[in-house]
Amino acid sequence: MTRVGLMVTCINDALFPDTGKAVVTVLRRLGVDVEFPAAQTCCGQPMVNTGYLDEAVPLVRNHLDAFAGYEAVIAPSGSCAGSVRHQHGLVAQRSGDPGLVRAVADAPPVYELSEYLVDVLGTEDVGAYFPHRVTYHPTCHSLRMLGVGDRPTRLLRAVRGLTLAELPGAAECCGFGGTFAVKNAETSIAMGNDKARHVRGTGAEVLVAGDNSCLMHVGGLLSRQRSGVRVMHLAEVLAQTEPVVSADGRAADGRSPGTDLPQEQGAGR
Amino acid sequence: MSGTFLGTPAFPTAAKAALEDSQLRRNLAHATGTIRTKRAKVVGEVDEWEQLRLAGEAIKNRVLRHLPDYLEQLERSLTAAGATVHWARDAAEANAIVVDIARRHATDEVVKVKSMATQEIDLNGALEAAGIRAWETDLAELIVQLGDDLPSHILVPAIHRNRAEIREIFLREMGRAGRPAPADLTDEPARLAAAARAHLREKFLRAKVAVSGANFAVAETGTLAVVESEGNGRMCLTLPEVLVSVVGIEKVLPTYQDLDVMLQLLPRSSTGERMNPYTSTWTGVTPGDGPQEVHVVLLDNGRTDVLADPTGRQALRCIRCSACLNVCPVYERTGGHAYGSVYPGPIGAILTPQLRGVGHDPQTDSLPYASSLCGACFEVCPVRIDIPEVLVHLRSQVVDAHKRERRVPSVQDLAMKAASWAFAAPSRTAAAERAAGLGGRLAAKLGRTAPGGRPVLGAVPGPAGAWSDSRDVPVPAPESFRQWWARTDGGRREQEESR
Repeated sequence: MTRVGLMVTCINDALFPDTGKAVVTVLRRLGVDVEFPAAQTCCGQPMVNTGYLDEAVPLVRNHLDAFAGYEAVIAPSGSCAGSVRHQHGLVAQRSGDPGLVRAVADAPPVYELSEYLVDVLGTEDVGAYFPHRVTYHPTCHSLRMLGVGDRPTRLLRAVRGLTLAELPGAAECCGFGGTFAVKNAETSIAMGNDKARHVRGTGAEVLVAGDNSCLMHVGGLLSRQRSGVRVMHLAEVLAQTEPVVSADGRAADGRSPGTDLPQEQGAGR
Repeated sequence: MSGTFLGTPAFPTAAKAALEDSQLRRNLAHATGTIRTKRAKVVGEVDEWEQLRLAGEAIKNRVLRHLPDYLEQLERSLTAAGATVHWARDAAEANAIVVDIARRHATDEVVKVKSMATQEIDLNGALEAAGIRAWETDLAELIVQLGDDLPSHILVPAIHRNRAEIREIFLREMGRAGRPAPADLTDEPARLAAAARAHLREKFLRAKVAVSGANFAVAETGTLAVVESEGNGRMCLTLPEVLVSVVGIEKVLPTYQDLDVMLQLLPRSSTGERMNPYTSTWTGVTPGDGPQEVHVVLLDNGRTDVLADPTGRQALRCIRCSACLNVCPVYERTGGHAYGSVYPGPIGAILTPQLRGVGHDPQTDSLPYASSLCGACFEVCPVRIDIPEVLVHLRSQVVDAHKRERRVPSVQDLAMKAASWAFAAPSRTAAAERAAGLGGRLAAKLGRTAPGGRPVLGAVPGPAGAWSDSRDVPVPAPESFRQWWARTDGGRREQEESR
């Protein structure tokens, strides 16, 4: 059996753990016994993209140690998967350590979630049920750095009950861009407001994307604007199934369609 | 003609002012949107576009690998064809050469073909200081010059102006520079073009000296090429007696055959046309036909410094098409002036800091950060310049330069160091997350609920304001994923409990 490691990413670990749980749910449903190497921390992208390559070196070393022995790594983030694929080599070269350069070259392949589901597992229908109108924003790094193409929308189209509304100007950046969002906050917000306007124009209840960082930005705007549109990671949509109706006739989690794992609702923990 | 980018504040500040200019926002969104659509259409109809891009990249890479050889070959070919070749290390040398040529012909004016190289060295300013007027003849350059404005785009320097503004500039300024605009001028494009045509015609017919750049310079034959849309270039290149072309050293191509690839890539990428209306090529002096005195000034001005950087040198492949500007979501909103350079947009953000050098002034150092790294520029670049890669590379150079200089680390230095320390070991990461989770519990009580049920915070005072002024702030989860996994054995115990 292939040893598959979940690279949950630091932002999901601390801010959006439900996304990590949803990945586990979906993969187990498809028969993949994913492991979570607890030694993982952060891929180093925030440092690299801000110009702090030296500060990223220990993070790259840590990533390699954490995922040593795994045959595949799955990340619910196009951006972090892209960072491992395209930036770890740069950081290793910067370190001047030929051993690190070799180790990066030999590291297990990292897949963004939709790549793993569609390419490796050969699945588009993951057995999900989500009777809502959603729109999908292809994040820049998943689209242009990884080239995931239409894999995420193929997965969404196979979700029962789901209506996918096309997002105008979908391929245009939402304006997050990591530290760009605060270093150039005004420009970032101008970009994000245009994205939010397009999202609202679709009439969707839910904006879906494969990166919670971008969703944090657009979602922060949508929520501030009292738009009534919520944001969800692709994994969380794919984890949803038909409500499990308990003996007293109420849906198991009381509110929305159920999942295989009980999902905790944000505020009430 | 006093326009200067000197004194432009760092990008975030300059951008803020631009973002508040509703007319600018509207003009740019309209213009870049139109040209983006045109480009996508004409690129889409070429089946072998990717092969063409690869070929363009390969040709330019070959040039950069053997640049000294091709430049010397170009000099020999040009000299054999009757042209005079000058070498200029920097702007001052290049400007002095052109001023000297104009003076020798005792003229107080030159006509100019649109040229980025002469913008880069501020040739017009140098000529003016020598008492020589430089008349821009490209329509958009004319608008910028008459309006005492600055260019904001590589291809369409007046892209920030709409036709109502152009009409006002023509009515107000044309009379001072020569033939006035007709008093009944409207803002119809054809009427505006006709006014410019009549205004420029007398300058074309009178000028003794013309100044141009070159899109390409063929080493094998000594042929220079200029591509344009309006015919003003053809006028300048053929009517005056003397022609001076200021050419960046990276513009050289090995063979005439290479134009085959470049002349397919350039017009489709820049104006969204299958072919540009005017392609002028000239090889030194042709007796009895066109200018009888031909000069070529080969300009370095920082280019050899760029060439010395293995990652950064790909910027020298640029053929100045401006596709990256038109597709850039940052440029579309801030416009070109915010970049404080004749080279705005994504290519400017990697070219300007390399030509000027980083670590000297905050404005230049802010340019590599003027990008969300979305990668749209790389996707459209006809010579496949990986602009995001160079941006990140230059960011590291900025950080390195500041680390060397600063005795006391900046707030950002400290934050990155702290994050690096916390993420270098999982135990520290876990501890930081526990602390954040505790903070999150408290914050959740203070915040409100976003659609979908998550607790969020509104505007937060202090440095977090840059984020939270317009965006709600997610509250850290009370239990991190790592804690949840440890507590429930990856959800297995939780599943059993719920049965």
